[in-house]
Amino acid sequence: MANVKGSSVCRTATDEGKPADWVPGGEKQTVVDPMKMFHELPREKLFITGSEAARESMRRANIDIAIAYPITPQSESMQQAGYLYDEGYIKEYYRAEEEIGTFSAISGASRAGVRSLTATSGPGLMRGMEAISSWPGARTPIIMLNMCRVINTPLAIQPDNIEMSFMLNTGILLLHAENQQDFYDYPLAAIMASEQVDVTLPAVVSVDGFFCTHARGPVEVTPEEYKLPPRDGWRSAVPAMDNENPPARISRDAPIQKSNFISYHMHSSWQQEVFAAVERSAKYFDKYLGGLIEVVNPDAEDFIIASGCAVSQAREAVRQEGEQGRTVGLVKVKSIRPFPTEQILDAVKGAKRILVPEFNQAGWLHKELCAVLYGRCNAVIKDGPRVFGGMTMPTEMVLEWLAEFRKEVK
Amino acid sequence: MSLETLRPSPAFADVLPIEYRDLVEHGPYNNRGGDQSKQTIKVTDMGKFKEVIEEHPMCAGCAMTLFIRLVYIGMPNPEHTIVVGTAGCGRLAISQASVPFIYGNYGDTNAVASGLKRGLEVRFPDQKKDVVVMAGDGGLIDIGFQGLMHSWFRKENFTTIMLDNEVYGNTGGQESGMTNQGKVLKMAPRGKFGEKVDALGLAKVAGVDYIARLAPTNPARVARTVRRAIMVAREVGHSYIQAYTSCNIEYSIPTPDVMKDAFEIEKERYGFEEIISPAAKAYLDEVEKKPKKKKSD
Ligand SMILES: Cc1ncc(C[n+]2csc(CCOP(=O)(O)OP(=O)(O)O)c2C)c(N)n1
Ligand code: SF4
Repeated sequence: MANVKGSSVCRTATDEGKPADWVPGGEKQTVVDPMKMFHELPREKLFITGSEAARESMRRANIDIAIAYPITPQSESMQQAGYLYDEGYIKEYYRAEEEIGTFSAISGASRAGVRSLTATSGPGLMRGMEAISSWPGARTPIIMLNMCRVINTPLAIQPDNIEMSFMLNTGILLLHAENQQDFYDYPLAAIMASEQVDVTLPAVVSVDGFFCTHARGPVEVTPEEYKLPPRDGWRSAVPAMDNENPPARISRDAPIQKSNFISYHMHSSWQQEVFAAVERSAKYFDKYLGGLIEVVNPDAEDFIIASGCAVSQAREAVRQEGEQGRTVGLVKVKSIRPFPTEQILDAVKGAKRILVPEFNQAGWLHKELCAVLYGRCNAVIKDGPRVFGGMTMPTEMVLEWLAEFRKEVK
Repeated sequence: MSLETLRPSPAFADVLPIEYRDLVEHGPYNNRGGDQSKQTIKVTDMGKFKEVIEEHPMCAGCAMTLFIRLVYIGMPNPEHTIVVGTAGCGRLAISQASVPFIYGNYGDTNAVASGLKRGLEVRFPDQKKDVVVMAGDGGLIDIGFQGLMHSWFRKENFTTIMLDNEVYGNTGGQESGMTNQGKVLKMAPRGKFGEKVDALGLAKVAGVDYIARLAPTNPARVARTVRRAIMVAREVGHSYIQAYTSCNIEYSIPTPDVMKDAFEIEKERYGFEEIISPAAKAYLDEVEKKPKKKKSD
């Protein structure tokens, strides 16, 4: 698009300053069926950081607009998004004024009917929470990458995923990536699920900062000449704010203007529908991610249930227990919202002990599990080990907790 | 818009709601024969055509509602316009218009509009969509200050209209940044501490291309100013209109005296003023000359 007349600032001119024969990267890519991308295309193995995995994911995600405000450990990824914009893989991009501005702007972009991406970490998420918590009700498909870090005082930039607990009751779809590979795969799946007509909701992919974002790991990527289908602004639970509808006196944004019975009813039914849409997204994640959970050693009596980085620590503990001749099961919870209640129940139906290691102080996953498993499963659910503020979780710690647990619960 | 993409079958024309038919046949939609710069609906014809806003639940005699009504008449292309608003009295009327209305969180308007406008430019490269923010003085100069300023610095291609009633009307009459110094209002029991924020001066410093201040005393001028602001935002840069829209309730202005007050305040300190950048001026000269040329041809 041409530069705006008379203005020194150029906004949508993706080709500004490029040679005449420049072809935007995105235009050299071919659209591929999402299921084919997720499960069939050949993959090349790279050894890259989580931030680089996010870049490769964004490159293939057919993103129209990316808006963000830098914060450690998110900045690495969002400046990569800037390079992708420069290369023509993302059509529009800017650094916003701060996070309320960022998350408000991205909701405006999504209302225009285009695929919109943002990212943040800890304090940035908290600052933008008013805007974020209004995305689901506005039925705005948005993809947000969330590189978790410490919030609260004393200030730190270290990994800690307490911030995820603030999103649990918003109506946002929430995935938790275990490693660099997930941080490549999950955003693509989340985008496709969030834009389904019967979903039309924002999606967040959280990852534990630094451990994943700044460390290298093996990541198998699909060929970069393939990208996801574009967002279709016409396919949505609510019309885009594009004034392409017949003139009518009705605001699309839930018109709750007054304090009266109709407005109470409208808000409650609207919210009911938002949370029903969260549940409806499960079938898409199931397809795209090959299940909302992953189960290792399904017949075990001892189970570890974990999400994010804690899964990797648990995997190693399970392996070492195996070497000692003890079978320990593992449930990796990929999707926190929708929460895979039935799948988890089914996986742990024979369990006696369930350990829930977490990288936060509050133990939000433990609370979630207790809430859904209470009265429906015979296992004792133990909260811990828990590390936070940047601490690592040595495998020995998980092993000690397991040993202790076996003594406590015979 | 839908008049092209979604056209009802002529066989159904007579069973469509009269509301819809009037908007299309006797309203400001689709009545310019393809020439978007041509304003065929005139303020002086008010009452003879279907307006995009007709009903509202605002206080009787509120000057803000008259102004909002005029804004919609002034829009050069309502069928491709999206209005962004926020908490505050104005949204009670704005949300009832037949132009899409985004109602976000309090003070988020200029950030939402930035993303919206850029998104629309990506999605509709061949169709200009006008984005207009209409929000209260508190919504823009207090809670929304940062977003307002940065949208100006970034020269976002949309229009900001401040409904300046010099008070937080919707929450019951607290002072705002746009209240005059010394004015006793709620939360200013000893009178407003600082001066009224010089939003026009800030707009100038920020390089806003078209800046206007007015009171709704001259309806034709309001419509013309809105049209100029939107046209400049479409092609040149940002535009800002600051309108005195008194709050008769919180300022205890008797309803029959609302317009008298508007004339008085206009004379005293709210006179019509336009600040136009050279680029905006050149553009406006070009588009506003067109009809004359045609006549002489
Ligand atoms: C985050 C947040 N803070 C505060 C409010 C409460 N609030 C709603 S409207 C309003 C004041 C409106 O004043 P103004 O923007 O000047 O518009 P007016 O009602 O005078 O037209 C306030 C403080 C809110 N809705 N959201
Ligand atoms: S409170 Fe004031 S600004 Fe709000 S509708 Fe009533 S008169 Fe108008």
